[in-house]
Amino acid sequence: MTNNEVPKSGFAEAGADLELVGITKRFPGFTAIEELDLTIPAGSFFALLGPSGCGKTTTLRLIAGLEEPTAGRILIGGKDVTATKAYQRPVNTVFQSYALFPHMTILQNVAFGLKRRGIANADALAHEALQLVELDHVAGRKPTQLSGGQQQRVALARAVVNRPALLLLDEPLGALDLKLRRQMQVELKDIQSEVGLTFLHVTHDQEEAMTMADTVAVMNKGRIEQMGPPQELYELPHTAFVAKFLGQSNLFTGDVVSSSSTSMVVDAAGSKIEVPVARAQRTSGRVTVGVRPEKVTLHDAAPTATSGRNVIGPGRITDVSFSGVSTQYEVTIPHLGAISVFAQNTSISSLHHDGDTVWLSWAVDHAFGLADEAEAEPVSRFHADLDTSMIAVQSRKDLEAELEEA
Amino acid sequence: MAFTAFSGPATAAAEPAARRRSPIALFLLLPGIFYLVLFFVTPLISLVITSLQAPDPLIFGQYVNAFNWQNYVTVLETYWPQAIRSGGYAALATLFALLIGFPLAYFIGITLRPYPLIQSLALVLVIAPFFISFLLRTLAWKQIFSTEGPVVGLLSAIGAMPAGSSITGTDFAVVFGLTYNFIPFMVLPIYATLVSLDLRLLEASNDLYGSPATTFRTVTLPLSAAGVMSGTLLTFIPAAGDYINASREFLGSTETTMIGNVIEANFLVLQNFPAAAALSLILMAFILVLVAAYVKRSGTEDLL
Ligand SMILES: Nc1ncnc2c1ncn2[C@@H]1O[C@H](COP(=O)(O)OP(=O)(O)O)[C@@H](O)[C@H]1O
Ligand SMILES: [Mg+2]
Repeated sequence: MTNNEVPKSGFAEAGADLELVGITKRFPGFTAIEELDLTIPAGSFFALLGPSGCGKTTTLRLIAGLEEPTAGRILIGGKDVTATKAYQRPVNTVFQSYALFPHMTILQNVAFGLKRRGIANADALAHEALQLVELDHVAGRKPTQLSGGQQQRVALARAVVNRPALLLLDEPLGALDLKLRRQMQVELKDIQSEVGLTFLHVTHDQEEAMTMADTVAVMNKGRIEQMGPPQELYELPHTAFVAKFLGQSNLFTGDVVSSSSTSMVVDAAGSKIEVPVARAQRTSGRVTVGVRPEKVTLHDAAPTATSGRNVIGPGRITDVSFSGVSTQYEVTIPHLGAISVFAQNTSISSLHHDGDTVWLSWAVDHAFGLADEAEAEPVSRFHADLDTSMIAVQSRKDLEAELEEA
Repeated sequence: MAFTAFSGPATAAAEPAARRRSPIALFLLLPGIFYLVLFFVTPLISLVITSLQAPDPLIFGQYVNAFNWQNYVTVLETYWPQAIRSGGYAALATLFALLIGFPLAYFIGITLRPYPLIQSLALVLVIAPFFISFLLRTLAWKQIFSTEGPVVGLLSAIGAMPAGSSITGTDFAVVFGLTYNFIPFMVLPIYATLVSLDLRLLEASNDLYGSPATTFRTVTLPLSAAGVMSGTLLTFIPAAGDYINASREFLGSTETTMIGNVIEANFLVLQNFPAAAALSLILMAFILVLVAAYVKRSGTEDLL
C-alpha cells in the first residue's frame, strides 16, 4: 500500500535542483530560520557554513521533511514537496548523529533504503558502497562494534548508496581524523562529480567548505549572510561576520572623509585607509573596511607614500608565531588595536622580532568595505583555526546576548 | 526503573564473552546459593516427594512415601481439560494484554515524551490499580458483570443479551479478569524499552524511504522486542497459574476451572496432596519448557 508512494524510479540519473522560498521555522519561543531563500542548481556541491546553533541542521531537516516549515515552500527538481512526508522525498541524509540502526548489521544498515524501494540487488550494491568507504570487511558487524569514525563512514555509505537526487550531509566528516577526513573529502567530491548528484554539505569547518564546494553560503543566526564561490567570498566578504568566520580579517571602522568615482578614503582613528568603491558595500557615513592578513606587508622604516597603497604605522610587534611556511605577526598600533600579518618565509632576513617597530602597507585593491559595522572589540583575537570549543563559547555568548535582548 | 532489568537479554550480547573465573566470585555467591537452596530447592524436593506418595493402606486420608509415579498419569487423565483451558485462557489474556498494552506503552513512552509531567502521571495510573487489593478489584468486576450489574443491564436494554443472564462465569469474564489484572506487567517492560528508544532512528528510517508502517515493523518493533518478551512472560506465567479469576467466588464458574483451581481444590478441599503436588510440578515443567523455547527463539533476533 504505502510503498507506492515511495520514490521507486531506481537511481537518480542526475541531481535535482533545490529551491527554498521564504522558509521560516519557529520553535516555541525561538526562531531558528528567518525568511530563508536559497537556490541550489542541480549537480552542484553546495556548502552551508556557519557556527554551531545557527540553524544548519534545522535547514537540512526541513529539506529532508523531518520538520515542517512555519512558512515558505520547498521545491526539489521544480516540484513542490513542502506537503510531502520524509519517506516520499528523493532525498537522503547523512545524520550528524549517524543514527545507525543498532539491531542491524552494517550491511543491513546500508541496504535499508534500497530494500524499502524494492531494488533487486540491494546487498551487492550495499557491499559496493561499503568498499567505497573502505569498510566492507566489517559488513557483518553491528554498529556498536565500530569506532565513531567508522560509524560516520557507514552513515555516509547508507545515504550515498541510494544515489538520491539530493544528498544532505550534516557535518559528515566531523568525527574523522585529519588524514581520513582529507581522503573522504576527495572521495565525496568524486562521487558527486561522477554521478552529478546535488550535494548540500553542512559544516562549521571553513576550510572544508572552501576546498570542497562550488558554492558556499555563510549562515549566521538563521540567515544567510553571503553566498558565492569560495574564492569570491574570501576575497570580497560583505559582512563583518563573513570576514571573520571565513578566514581572518583585520577590520577598521571610521567615517568616509572623501570619495571619488573609483575610491573612497576612510579615517580610522587618524589613519587614512583607501578602498576601491567597487569593493565597498557602502560609500558614505561610518563604515567598516578590512584587509586579509596575508595581503599586508611589514616595513622596518616608514615607506614612502605611493598611490595605490595604504600605509599605517608605526606600531609594535607584540606577538610572533613561526609556523614553517609562514610567520604570523601581531602588530599593535596605537588607537587601531592589534593587526594580524602573515608573511611568507621567503628569506631569513625578512624575519622581524617581538618588540620591533614596524609600518604596515597593502595594495588598495586588496581592501574591502563591509555592509555592516564590526562591533568594537577591545583587542581583536586571531586564532589559527576555529575549533569547536571556540565555536561553542561563541554560540553560548550569542545565546546569552539573545536572552538578554528577549 | 526496575523494569529495565527484564529487558536485559538484548544488550547482554555486547558484553565481553570471556570472564575469568575466580574462587572469590564463588565465595561471594555463597549467600545467594544458600538462599536458593533453602527457599527454592528444599520446597521443590519436598514437592517432588509428596507428588510420588501413595495412600496409607491403614489410615484413610494419610499418605506415605513411595514411588507412585502413576499419580502423574492419573492427574493428567483427570484434569487435562483444565490444563488445556489454563493454557488457552493465559494465551488469550497475554494476547489481549499485548494488543492493549503495546499501544498504551507506546503512547506513554513516545507520544508523551515531550510532556514529562503527564508521562509520569500516566505511568502512575498504570500501576494505580495495585494500590487496591487484587481480590477487591476482581470482586468489583464480579459486581459489574453480574446479572444485576450495569453491563448486563445495558446490553439487555439494547437487546444484545437476554435479560436475567450473566457475564460472570463465562470464558469472557475470566479472560477479561486475567487481562485486566496482569496488564501492568505487560505495559511496564514495554514502556521501559520504548522510553529509551532513540527517535532519531525512526527519522533515519523515514529518510531512507521507510513509511510509518515499515518503520514500525523494521525499527520500532525489533528495538522493543526485549520489552515485549519480558512483558509476555510476566503476563503469561502468572496468568497460567492463576486461581482467583477463574474461581466460582470471583469471575468464573464450574465451566471455567483452571489448573490453579484444581491444585487449590486438591490441596485444601480434597486434601489429595500427591495429586496437587503432581499437578503443580506439571504446570511448572510446562511453563519452564514454554519459556525456554520462547527465550531461545527471541534470542536469535528474528523473533519479529
Ligand atoms: N526542536 C527544537 N526546539 C527548540 N529549539 C530548537 C529545536 N531544534 C533546534 N532548535 C534550536 O534552533 C537553533 C538551530 O539549531 P541547529 O539547526 O541544530 O543548529 P546547527 O546545526 O547550525 O548547529 C539552535 O539554537 C537550537 O537550540
Ligand atoms: Mg547541527
